[in-house]
Amino acid sequence: MTPDIAPKASRNGTRTIATDVLIIGGGVTGAGVMRDLALRGLHTLLIDKRDLCAGASGGNHGLLHSGARYVASDPHSARECRQENELLKRLAPQCIEDTGGLFVAVDGDDPGFAEEFPVLCTKAAITCKELTPAEARGLEPKLSDRLVKAFRVPDATVDPFRLALENVAHARTLNGSVYLPHTEVLRFEIDRSEIRAAVCRDTRTGGLVKIVAGQYVNAGGAWAMNIAGLAGCRDVNLLYSKGTLLVSHDRLTRHVINRLRLPGDGDILVPGGTVSVLGTTSVRTDRLEQVAPTIEEIDINVREGSAMIPALAHARYIRAFSRVRPLLQSSSGDDREATRGFALIDHTSQGLTNFCTITGGKLTTFRLMAEKAADLVAARLGNSEPCRTAAEPLPDGEACRWTEPGGSPKYWYHAGKADDMILCECEMVPQSAIDEIVQNAPGAEEEMTLEAIALRSRAGKGPCQGSFCGIRICSYLYDRGHYRDATGLHHLRDFFNERFKGQKTVIWGRQAAQMELAEALHCGLLGLDALEENE
Amino acid sequence: MTTSAATKNIRDGNARHLAVDLAVIGSGLAGFAASIFAVGRRIVTAQVGNTGAVAYTTGYLDLLGREDGSRTDVTDPWQALEKLAADQPDHPLANVPREDIREAFTQFTAFLGEGGLAYSRPGERNLTALTPAGTVKQTLCVPATMAAGCHAYAEKSPCVIVDFKGLKGFSGRQVAANLQARWPGLATARIDFPDIMTGEIYPEVMARALEVPATREKLAVRLKAAAGEAKIIGLPAVLGMHRPDLVKAELERLTGLVIFEIPTMPPSVPGIRLREMFEQVLPQKGVTLIPQQKITRLNFDADGATLSLADSFGPIELRARAVILATGRFLSGGLEAERTGIRETLLNLPVVQPDNRNHWYRDRYTDPRGHAIHRAGLAVDRAFRPLGSDGQPYDERLFAAGVILAHQDWIRGRSGAGIAIASAYKAVAEAEKFLSSRS
Repeated sequence: MTPDIAPKASRNGTRTIATDVLIIGGGVTGAGVMRDLALRGLHTLLIDKRDLCAGASGGNHGLLHSGARYVASDPHSARECRQENELLKRLAPQCIEDTGGLFVAVDGDDPGFAEEFPVLCTKAAITCKELTPAEARGLEPKLSDRLVKAFRVPDATVDPFRLALENVAHARTLNGSVYLPHTEVLRFEIDRSEIRAAVCRDTRTGGLVKIVAGQYVNAGGAWAMNIAGLAGCRDVNLLYSKGTLLVSHDRLTRHVINRLRLPGDGDILVPGGTVSVLGTTSVRTDRLEQVAPTIEEIDINVREGSAMIPALAHARYIRAFSRVRPLLQSSSGDDREATRGFALIDHTSQGLTNFCTITGGKLTTFRLMAEKAADLVAARLGNSEPCRTAAEPLPDGEACRWTEPGGSPKYWYHAGKADDMILCECEMVPQSAIDEIVQNAPGAEEEMTLEAIALRSRAGKGPCQGSFCGIRICSYLYDRGHYRDATGLHHLRDFFNERFKGQKTVIWGRQAAQMELAEALHCGLLGLDALEENE
Repeated sequence: MTTSAATKNIRDGNARHLAVDLAVIGSGLAGFAASIFAVGRRIVTAQVGNTGAVAYTTGYLDLLGREDGSRTDVTDPWQALEKLAADQPDHPLANVPREDIREAFTQFTAFLGEGGLAYSRPGERNLTALTPAGTVKQTLCVPATMAAGCHAYAEKSPCVIVDFKGLKGFSGRQVAANLQARWPGLATARIDFPDIMTGEIYPEVMARALEVPATREKLAVRLKAAAGEAKIIGLPAVLGMHRPDLVKAELERLTGLVIFEIPTMPPSVPGIRLREMFEQVLPQKGVTLIPQQKITRLNFDADGATLSLADSFGPIELRARAVILATGRFLSGGLEAERTGIRETLLNLPVVQPDNRNHWYRDRYTDPRGHAIHRAGLAVDRAFRPLGSDGQPYDERLFAAGVILAHQDWIRGRSGAGIAIASAYKAVAEAEKFLSSRS
């Protein structure tokens, strides 16, 4: 099939786009499927109703599991994690910080679990070295003095945004595969055993797009069950688990710190560039939209986390977020006990031959999930090329590098251009980063929202959470002619409203002062609380 | 009132001892306003406490720009105050007579003018003033350097908004893009700042450079070229630090144009001008000013209050017969939001506040109804004396002023300066009444 991405407008105004494979869902899995298929010579279109990593892919710790977390509850997942961990460290080092991880038990934690842990790690072929409490505290001085047991494992951290961006960018480079943000599937046109087209809507303009493909991949994450339902498939059964995490103002540890016990609330602290991420609570939920942290979840995480790292009790937090994880249906009651494995569902039992769903799993195993889905899709299209993502390094895309924590100052300094002014002063994001993103980043378009730019950079991720840089970037976009009328201010307001969702539950101490200043500026002076609500 | 003694300055072994009639704690707008009103009443005054948020102000002095909880602009603030008093009897502005508020603004702006920062006098109606985003807001008094902007907007006169290469966060194109529908005669131009060809430039540096005549002459050439046919130009607020009115007049003379300033993002030049002027002029008027130091302790006894602080020469003990607490909110440190509740930081005074943290903020940040956390603060009696835990004034000598007061949302109300100036006026008047009764 010849890729034909030049949209054709029909008489009723619906554009039609043709491709080999339509992938629904711009999380890391969808992005991974896109690249995998492109490496096999297949053209794809990736769509997301919001933007890249808008779901669980962007709402986790950014932990690259060694597998040690699952040795007791899910040995199969543990082994998968171990393999993928080793692969990604080698093939996508630009997305990874090889921090190493510690599992620590404090006085009162189950000694039986600690006894069994190294044995189970060995069984799963995960390197695990016992440290004395003194050695562990030597490595990580902020660890509690009530430490009784510590093991070192090859955990690392990964930037899911960059991972998704790089996968999409590579697919684009390989064969012109296309990513369309804010594009939502409304319905499928089905003829006998085949999907003929996906009718989609641009959620920003309301315009309809008809996408005609040979194969359709549902990589909708937590939304996979709903998307499968649109095609009449009832064989995707997911549970939804809401997790809430906090981001601290400072990086508190060098390593990933895990509590050495069965998974529970507030049992992991993951560094990420200049910050640390504390999590996570887990509650069953029915809701996929508008999930937000609660004060109670914040307080539980802080209380539990401070048993490992007492400094967490008094740390300054800049952000909290909640995302829904899709878990494959299981009989057990505890969601943390539910399988963390993934499933590829080919939907033949539902009478369809060109549709599949890949869901469950976790960030660490996204490549493997993509491989399995791409194997099925390629075979169905008569393509016999093997998967190459287990051997081919992920290229380092220029326009994708701005999400790297601590990366912006480095790139800015090396470029050494005095006129290239810093717009986000917390994270040192310069004008040239904004230019590069607006022109070249996956999903770039003429009038990008500030949220879309922030997703592709570190802008707004620092202590001021965008309250100053949002204004500067907005001014800059007016300067460059990307914003031409009052809608630029609506983008600015929407950006602050969106950032606020993540701040609301952690505003105390210094953040309350920061917030007061921000609100005085945004509302008191600029009057963003008085803009017409016409959108 | 008459005062018996000038400031006493006695030095013993360790601490230096100062004695005054009135101690003002806080160096924000309310603190400075209180000192100004105290000077006017010839009260021997010391002003102490951390530098407040003055440098974060824009220069505009809002009284009441927005009806509470709505998107409705207030054009007649005096009439709106009447409605406010009826709807929200606990609001600080409801507890200062309107004639006193008018008098307070008149005295305050007159003092600013004498200090070298000319301001428009409080009028019957609000002025519509420009913001750097290209929106407009309602305010009562503006610096003379900004007045022509209000006028040009009202008349929709042909005008060029000039911005500078290297000055980020201020885009003439943004201002014009947002106002063009209402103000078609608006154009923009970008120019180099004299002698700075590359890299980033900062408003404060530009303002200080424009105190120098040679810089003004070079800028005037650029401004004339940028103006084209227009007779009026607007600039970001950079027209000098200590003598902005002179800088503006000179540029107008050199160019033959009408020139006005638009506020920039904080910390902005108009805010720094106010702070530097206060710090320079108030000591000349006899106020003992120790602005950079935090009060570590405040004790009341039968005869007065003792404030403990330290500066670079060592510890200071300040005796005062009355005290005005104007320490501000979270940004200035008068209140502290803790995970378990909101606390007043100096005396641990009771703070009126929502039941728990769940109720501090609404879901939507820009909700026009505002957030409950902003209405938290100190409850006061009719004489602006903060209440203690028993519901009675904490001490007969203690008064409070500014945005630390409860039952107001200065952000949504566009009433920060109004609350600061009006409550400072009232607190000083009540303090004077108290001092007279005891002399």
